This record gives sequence, C-alpha cells and structure tokens, in this order.
Amino acid sequence: MSIQKWAGISWGWGAPPLISILQEMFSYTFLVRAVVVGLLVSLCAALLGVSLVLKRYSMIGDGLSHVGFGTLAIATAMNAAPLMVSIPIVVLAAFLLLRISENSKIKGDAAIALISTSSLAIGVIVISFTTGMNTDVCNYMFGSILAMNKDDVKLSVALSVVVLTLFILFYNKIFAVTFDENFARATGVKTGLYNILIASLTAVTIVLGMRMMGAMLISSLIIFPALTSMRVCKKFKSVTFCSAAVSVVCFFIGVVISYAVVINNNTLPTGASVVMVNIAAFLIFGAVGFIKGRIKT
Amino acid sequence: MAPIIFRDVSFAYEGNTVVSGLNFEVNGGDYLCVVGENGSGKSTLIKGLLRLKAPHQGEILTDGTINLNEIGYLPQQTAAQKDFPASAYEVVLSGRLSSRGILPFYSREDKAIAEENISRLGISDLRKRCYRELSGGQQQRVLLARALCATKKALLLDEPVAGLDPVVTQEFYKLIEKINRETGLTIIMVSHDIHSAVRYASHILHLKNTQVFFGRTKDYVDSEVGRNFLGMGGAAID
Ligand SMILES: Nc1ncnc2c1ncn2[C@@H]1O[C@H](COP(=O)(O)OP(=O)(O)OP(=O)(O)O)[C@@H](O)[C@H]1O
Ligand SMILES: [Mg+2]
Repeated sequence: MSIQKWAGISWGWGAPPLISILQEMFSYTFLVRAVVVGLLVSLCAALLGVSLVLKRYSMIGDGLSHVGFGTLAIATAMNAAPLMVSIPIVVLAAFLLLRISENSKIKGDAAIALISTSSLAIGVIVISFTTGMNTDVCNYMFGSILAMNKDDVKLSVALSVVVLTLFILFYNKIFAVTFDENFARATGVKTGLYNILIASLTAVTIVLGMRMMGAMLISSLIIFPALTSMRVCKKFKSVTFCSAAVSVVCFFIGVVISYAVVINNNTLPTGASVVMVNIAAFLIFGAVGFIKGRIKT
Repeated sequence: MAPIIFRDVSFAYEGNTVVSGLNFEVNGGDYLCVVGENGSGKSTLIKGLLRLKAPHQGEILTDGTINLNEIGYLPQQTAAQKDFPASAYEVVLSGRLSSRGILPFYSREDKAIAEENISRLGISDLRKRCYRELSGGQQQRVLLARALCATKKALLLDEPVAGLDPVVTQEFYKLIEKINRETGLTIIMVSHDIHSAVRYASHILHLKNTQVFFGRTKDYVDSEVGRNFLGMGGAAID
C-alpha cells in the first residue's frame, strides 16, 4: 500500500495546519474505519479498566492479550476469520483466569504468567510453521492500523456497542462488586455472575483492539486511562467518565501522530504511539494530582 | 417461629471444625451481641448467617419474614481497598442495590432512602467527600449508612467499633441502640467490648469454638461464664 504523507521534515518549512493533516487522513476510508473501531475499543477498554484495575485484575487483561496472540496465529494458519476464532477462546481463557485468581490468591499471578507465555509460545510455533517469522509476527505483536477488513469493522462496531450497553446497564452493580464484593454478595447480589461479565467483556474488548494495538500493547488501553484519571478524580463516576475521555482523546492523538510523523520512510507504529500519548497523559495528570494535593494541605 | 434459628450448626474450614454446637434463635427486634476471644468463630458465624459460608453440619433456618437480600452487613474488615475512588454518597447508595433486582438504575425512592440514612448518621457534610480520605470512624459511619440502606429487618455488625476512639465508640453504640429501638431492626453484633455489650444488648451469645452461653443479658451477667468474662473483660482483651 503506498500512501503519500507529509514527511516529518516538512514541518520545518511551514508546518501544515492540523486541519489539513486530518483532512488528508480521513480521505482514506480504511483509516476512517480503523479510527472508528479504535475509538470504540478505547472507550470500552477504559470503562472496563476502571473496574479491573481496582479489583487488582490488571494481570488478567495482560494474560488475555497473550492468549489472543496465540489464537490469532492459529486463526491465520487455519485461514479462518480471526475475530470468530479468537473471541470464544479468549472469553474461555477469561473464565479460567478468573477462576484461578479467585481460588488461589497466591498462585494466581504465577498461573497467569504460565498461561500467557504458553499462548505466546504456541502462537510463535504456529506462525513459524505457516508463514514463517516475518512481518506478520511483528504486526500481531505491535499492531497495525491496516489489520482490519470491512467485515471485521462491522463486527467490531457491533460488539463494542454491546459492551458499552452492558456496561451502562450494569454500571451500579459493577460499582458495588468492585467496591466491596463481600457486602454485595452478602446482600444477595450474584457477584460471580458480574465477575464473569466483566471478564468476558474485557476478553471481547481485548480481541477487538489487539490487531490494531498489538498483543503486547493492548492491555495499556485498559490500565492507563484508569490509573491516569485516578490521579485526579475522587468519585467512581468521575473516574469512569474521565477514563473514557482520556482514553478516547489519547487514542485519537496517538493515531494522528503516528500518521503525521514519518521516520525512515515509515509512519510510527499506531499502538506504540497511542501508548506514548497515554504515558504523557498519565504524567500530566500525576503532576496535576500532586500539585492539587500540595495546595490543599 | 423465630425469624432466625441455628440448629446444631457447626462450621469448618478445609475439614477442621472451628466452631460447633450452635443452638440459638433470634427474634425480630432482638439485639444480640456475640462475644468471645479472638479466633472463637464469631466472624465465621456471621458469614454463615449471610450464606457466605455453608454450615458444615446442622442447619440455619430463616422463616419467610427475613430475606437474604434484606440483611444489612457491616464487615469486620471491608474487602474494599484503601485507595478506592468513591464518594461517600456513592458508597451509601450502593447499599440499595439488592433491592434493585435486575433493574439497572436507582429510583428516586432509593436516593431518598440513602439521603435519610445519611442524615440519620449525621454524615451529611461528608457525602461529597472521597471515601478513602475519611477517617476510620467516618468510614465506619458511611458503611453503617450503606448497611441501613440494604435492610428493613436485620443488621449484622462485625466489630463495628474496632479502631474507633472511646468517644466515637460510645456514640456509635448509642446510635445502634437508637436504631434498634426506633426502627425495631434486629441487631446482631460481634463485639470485644463486653461491658458495652451487656449494657446495650438484649441477648448474649458467648462462643469459645463452641457455644458457651446463649440467653438474656441479665442471665449472662449472673452466670459463671459471664462473671468470669466480665471480670477479665477489657483488661485481657484489647
Ligand atoms: N478463610 C479461612 N480459612 C481457614 N481458617 C479460617 C478462615 N477464616 C477463619 N479461620 C479460622 O477459623 C477460626 C475462627 O475464625 P473467626 O474469624 O470466626 O474468629 P473470630 O471469632 O471472628 O476472631 P476475631 O475476634 O479475631 O475476629 C480461627 O481459628 C481461624 O483461624
Ligand atoms: Mg472476627
């Protein structure tokens, strides 16, 4: 695919206005599609991330992305639609990981590490049998904005809408189960059910975002926005809204940067750019939170 | 029939029985204090009542008048983490969840009940504050308000005054007594403060990995177990 872009150096002689970069970007339909999916996935990831981070389940998100890598490799080898193969397996893995971390607190993280590395190894072996260790592997690991075809986009949009709807409908329950699981259970809330709901929504979100962000980087979409907004916000509701906003904005800025900056005739990788923007946001919010704390006391 | 009946109940963790021979009943409006040394099985009993832990033997009967999702609970240690971002109001309101069933959002009535309990516990000025930034005593009040939101029938409190200063502790006991008196709510409280227990409770249940005493408070004070425990109470414990 040959796409003409502004070279990074061109900024030297009269920086092109942001508007025209955006205009140019969105004249490519594949980019528009990718950005739409990316924004939806960032939104889902950020919302679920608040709960996962607070429940100390961040590792599950990371583990699932590795499982996702394995399933992606297998799907490619079988010539099957990647989402169709990955989603059920990763949801299953989510159940498993949840079980493990609920039952044996101490060995939970070890078990997650075990499952992640196993999935990685399986994925790499499968890839080396089929296409060989080529750029595909790099794309799976670190993402590519070109990964999605039209059908993927439709499915992704539909699933993101489902995830968002369920999140909104169960928001109050998710709060209660996240804040104090024992109390929720004691008053008759089926906490197990909601844990499974959170885990499977996470699984779906990870699979949807994985090919764009990369298996190594997708869990950052879940963890960063929640941690970032917790620097400043003090209410669950404001943390939730703030994460959603931070995540969407960071994704958008990241994509635009990755498109606009060209180094060695290559655009910056999307996933990594988005993570860099998230890191910047985290640092800024951290500083703001620190200063706010100082002013108060 | 009493609303809550324990019949020969014992509890075990991984096959090791930790408390056995529980035989007692709690009637509507009772104020039962569960006392005993550390590790005597008090929290376990509360978990059994809440169905968080199944009895190893025997049975816990509840008649139709008390529903599991009508019990308010104030845990000994909250599973809630210290750094959780939530306002006091959000925490209190979450007590209404059990009454929601599958309905997704809180109704106006739920919010009114939350407000009522907030003002009853005198934490109106804390409602917008961040839960994690409250003092231990303030947090305890918020959790009590949440528990009150969850119930019309019974309130289970597991060492609600642990870590509170003497003045706040007394206020807390008075508050619970007032709630018991005014609303007729059944109170089941675990406490290490035996003197306050006999002052406020109508019934005492004394555990020592088995049931050592159950009965009215005035009988407990006269019993040998009670006299011994009261004699060393406060000095040996805490
Ligand atoms: N999850 C558990 N697994 C195994 N044993 C447990 C567990 N929880 C409690 N026990 C054991 O059961 C016994 C009773 O514990 P419980 O927490 O009911 O005591 P308690 O009366 O509430 O004590 P405290 O006054 O310290 O709160 C203790 O010996 C304890 O070691
Ligand atoms: Mg206890």
